[in-house]
Amino acid sequence: MAQYVLMFVGSEEWLQTSSKEEVQRGYAAVGKWWEELSKKGVLKGGEELAKGAGAATTVRRVNGQMKVFDGPFIESKEQVGGFAMIEAPDLDEAIAIAKSWPGGDVEVRPIVVH
Amino acid sequence: MAAVFREEAGRLTAALVRSLGNFDLAEECVQDALVSALEHWPREGIPPNPGAWLMTTARRKGIDRLRRESRYQEKLAQLEEAPVSTRSAFPDDRLDLIFTCCHPALAREAQVALTLRSVAGLTTPEIARAFLVPEATVAQRLVRAKRKIVDARIPFRMPEREELAERLGEVLAVLYLMFNEGYLATGPRGAHDRDLAREAEWLVGLLASLMPGEPEVLGLQALMRFNLARADARFDAQGRMILLRDQDRAKWDRRMIDETFAIVGRFLTMARPGPYQLQALIAGAHAAAKTWEATRWPDILRSYDALLALSDSPIIRLNRAIAVWHTIGAEQAYVELFPLAEQLDRYHLFHATRGELLRALGRPDEARDADRRALELTENPAERALLQARLG
Repeated sequence: MAQYVLMFVGSEEWLQTSSKEEVQRGYAAVGKWWEELSKKGVLKGGEELAKGAGAATTVRRVNGQMKVFDGPFIESKEQVGGFAMIEAPDLDEAIAIAKSWPGGDVEVRPIVVH
Repeated sequence: MAAVFREEAGRLTAALVRSLGNFDLAEECVQDALVSALEHWPREGIPPNPGAWLMTTARRKGIDRLRRESRYQEKLAQLEEAPVSTRSAFPDDRLDLIFTCCHPALAREAQVALTLRSVAGLTTPEIARAFLVPEATVAQRLVRAKRKIVDARIPFRMPEREELAERLGEVLAVLYLMFNEGYLATGPRGAHDRDLAREAEWLVGLLASLMPGEPEVLGLQALMRFNLARADARFDAQGRMILLRDQDRAKWDRRMIDETFAIVGRFLTMARPGPYQLQALIAGAHAAAKTWEATRWPDILRSYDALLALSDSPIIRLNRAIAVWHTIGAEQAYVELFPLAEQLDRYHLFHATRGELLRALGRPDEARDADRRALELTENPAERALLQARLG
């Protein structure tokens, strides 16, 4: 078994442009996805991240000193909005789980075992 | 010797990946064995069972490599215990190997390089020469790809049933790109360089023998073979491209064309049409015509219509316009080019086709403008020569 982190990427546009019902339905689908994978023992952890690039703070090493900046590491319309840690035998299984994510795009990264 | 390598390299790599569970290591061992064969065989002759010779050598190289790395003790035991097998004793795992090399999690150029190297047994310098890129570039692509296979755990097996169609499409796309790279070759190549188009044709043949029930595999095989059968007639002595219309059809490989129609017969009876099969039918209609005038254009037009129904693209519409020209007329074809102008403005063949149609319509000045625009957009020397000749 290997572990992977799924990073959920998307823009917040849909939050603003969708109706209240649509947003609720979206969250319900995510909740169901989360619950099913937990039951199967596939999901090892994960969280939703606070909305908005404005919620992010980046600490950068500038000339050897750690400086604090407002905003995410990479300014982009698309941002990581949450993550899940899963257990899967190989990349194909991890991809299958990523494909079942009801939200936006998913980046799949293997966790290095030391 | 090249033929032996091509036949054995993929089998060996597949068998070693299976037993070692490590793509990178297996691949290195096979390359070591091939290098060793290159040293020994020219002097000592090709052994009676080259597969077993290579397997024994690859295994010995593997043991050497593993001894240097203590954490592979378990794998080492596996390698030492397994009996030295003859060819038939180890199963053919090349299908798993092909799907692993063409995994969609790898970049397209890495898929191509890895397939050539692992399945067809080309060396890094051979791949570099075929693509006219520096050896270091190919080496880096291979290293990165192999590292990703290990790190991300890309599995060494066939995809699940529900993924198979999509994944097979990926494999066919890799082989088709490889074929086109060779077939449309633009740069100078040495006499000893391995021909990518023929490698791709060999690989698709291998795939067809391993997956005999897949009509699109046969479709791509037929498409490649119809094109290869006409290869000798495509260039003149100065290396200028000769258009289909002007080719000396006596130079076409009739036997290959006839054999390929048997492949067409096989996929037609499966009655599951797809884009490669339709393109093969179009190539076949050209191959079957004894003269340019005898080309059955209405059949070709029908295939293009079916192709458009499956996947609409401006390139298909451009090619279809040529069939419209010869079935209905130049005027209608010219009208159908219009909506493509914006999307294909930077595609030289759009302007070259426009030029031909304008000439057919008796508008030579506009035709020359179109040819000039086409010339601006292509770097392929054979195509440039053709356009320059047309411009006079």
